[in-house]
Amino acid sequence: MSKEKIKVIVSKVGLDGHDRGAKVVASLLREAGLEVVYLGLYQTPEGIIQAAIDEDADVIGLSYLSGEHLVYTPKIVEEMRRNGLEDVLLLVGGSFPPEDIPLMKRMGVDEVFRGGSLTDDIVGFIRQNARQEA
Amino acid sequence: MSGRTLASPREMVERLVAGDRRAAARLITLIEDQSEQSGELMKLIYPHSGRAVILGLTGSGGSGKSTLINHLIARFRQQGKRVGVVAVDPSSPFSGGALLGDRLRFQSHSLDPGVYIRSMGSRGYLGGLARATGDVVRIMEAMGNDLVMVETLGAGQDEIDIIDVVQTCLLILTPGMGDDIQAMKAGIMEVADLIVLNKADLDGATSCQKALEATIGLAGGRGEGGWTPPVIPTVATGSRPEDVRGVDELVEAIEAHQAYLSRSRTLEAVRARRVERELGLVFKDEVEKLVFKALKGTGKKRDYIEAILAGRGDPYSIVEEVLGAFVKA
Repeated sequence: MSKEKIKVIVSKVGLDGHDRGAKVVASLLREAGLEVVYLGLYQTPEGIIQAAIDEDADVIGLSYLSGEHLVYTPKIVEEMRRNGLEDVLLLVGGSFPPEDIPLMKRMGVDEVFRGGSLTDDIVGFIRQNARQEA
Repeated sequence: MSGRTLASPREMVERLVAGDRRAAARLITLIEDQSEQSGELMKLIYPHSGRAVILGLTGSGGSGKSTLINHLIARFRQQGKRVGVVAVDPSSPFSGGALLGDRLRFQSHSLDPGVYIRSMGSRGYLGGLARATGDVVRIMEAMGNDLVMVETLGAGQDEIDIIDVVQTCLLILTPGMGDDIQAMKAGIMEVADLIVLNKADLDGATSCQKALEATIGLAGGRGEGGWTPPVIPTVATGSRPEDVRGVDELVEAIEAHQAYLSRSRTLEAVRARRVERELGLVFKDEVEKLVFKALKGTGKKRDYIEAILAGRGDPYSIVEEVLGAFVKA
């Protein structure tokens, strides 16, 4: 039995003030029938993880535009491990050099969607990989 | 150690009662999804609930409900209370998706272990709440929260389900929302125990407050001992902390209303109303499940639909007939 609704946390982390992309993705996910908890700007890794726990989220989506993706992503992954959230999908989107994608995947990111990604690809990936009820 | 390890219902509820927020989070999902275990789970949760102070905040989208809750969380935490918050936002009637945008206003409390916040999509349920909101409040009570706040989706005039769930209902208004005729209409104005005039630094706040007070004065007090809803002006957002106004007065008014409820024995009536609503909801759900389960595989449901479409019947006669057979059986 699959979960009634897939719940996604969409957030920015750190001092990166560019939230247009995160807002667009949040709206697109809503239109695709997902429940999106939008946290917006200036979040900390700990705050994002706490939200994911309290909301029983299936997916965490992070958006980066300021070049801090290699700084914050390992912190988020570490917090997820520490809190037993290994079965929560971690997605990263935004703008960064393509050579950083394999780096982030090695850190533990499940998938990366750069600017120009198609909605269907993002939603399709989530639907296929978000955890299922036992 | 994964948060998803399947524990027995009893084990999960034990963890909930011990204050485990992961158990709470999981249980809320199961209840929200109306999973098969939900009846069994609520049976175990119910006896641990019913003792918290329950506040409701309603009002139009953008009136400042979430921002006020953020201030109220801080005040109640200073009093040493454990606080739960249920924030409902609308689900899309087309896609079923939802953008839950209340939590970001309380995010400054997210690391406080004495605060548990949960966002909910309304999932097609009318009345300003979600179907499972009442049960989620029970879960938050069982978790050990002393006070639970329920935020409705941006309700307008008639989304008044909240009065059957909460004890003290705050209606959040802002200046410039219409003339005194708006305030005289039936519905949401009548369910408020406290009226909060937020954004009271805007033009027209004083005349708005006077109009509201005049309207309430006409209606007179309600209930035993006659509670008259006060109008409390607040400013919930400011560029500097000292710009925020009225929150202490709001907390005092909430406490005054709770004291009134206990004094006038209205609290018992309020609790009874809550249980009556729950009883109705559970009856409705269970009867529907029972009937559809019995009809499953018989092809009768299809026949009923076709009969109605062909003009050979109507839902009222058919339900009467089917239920009649059930009651006899």
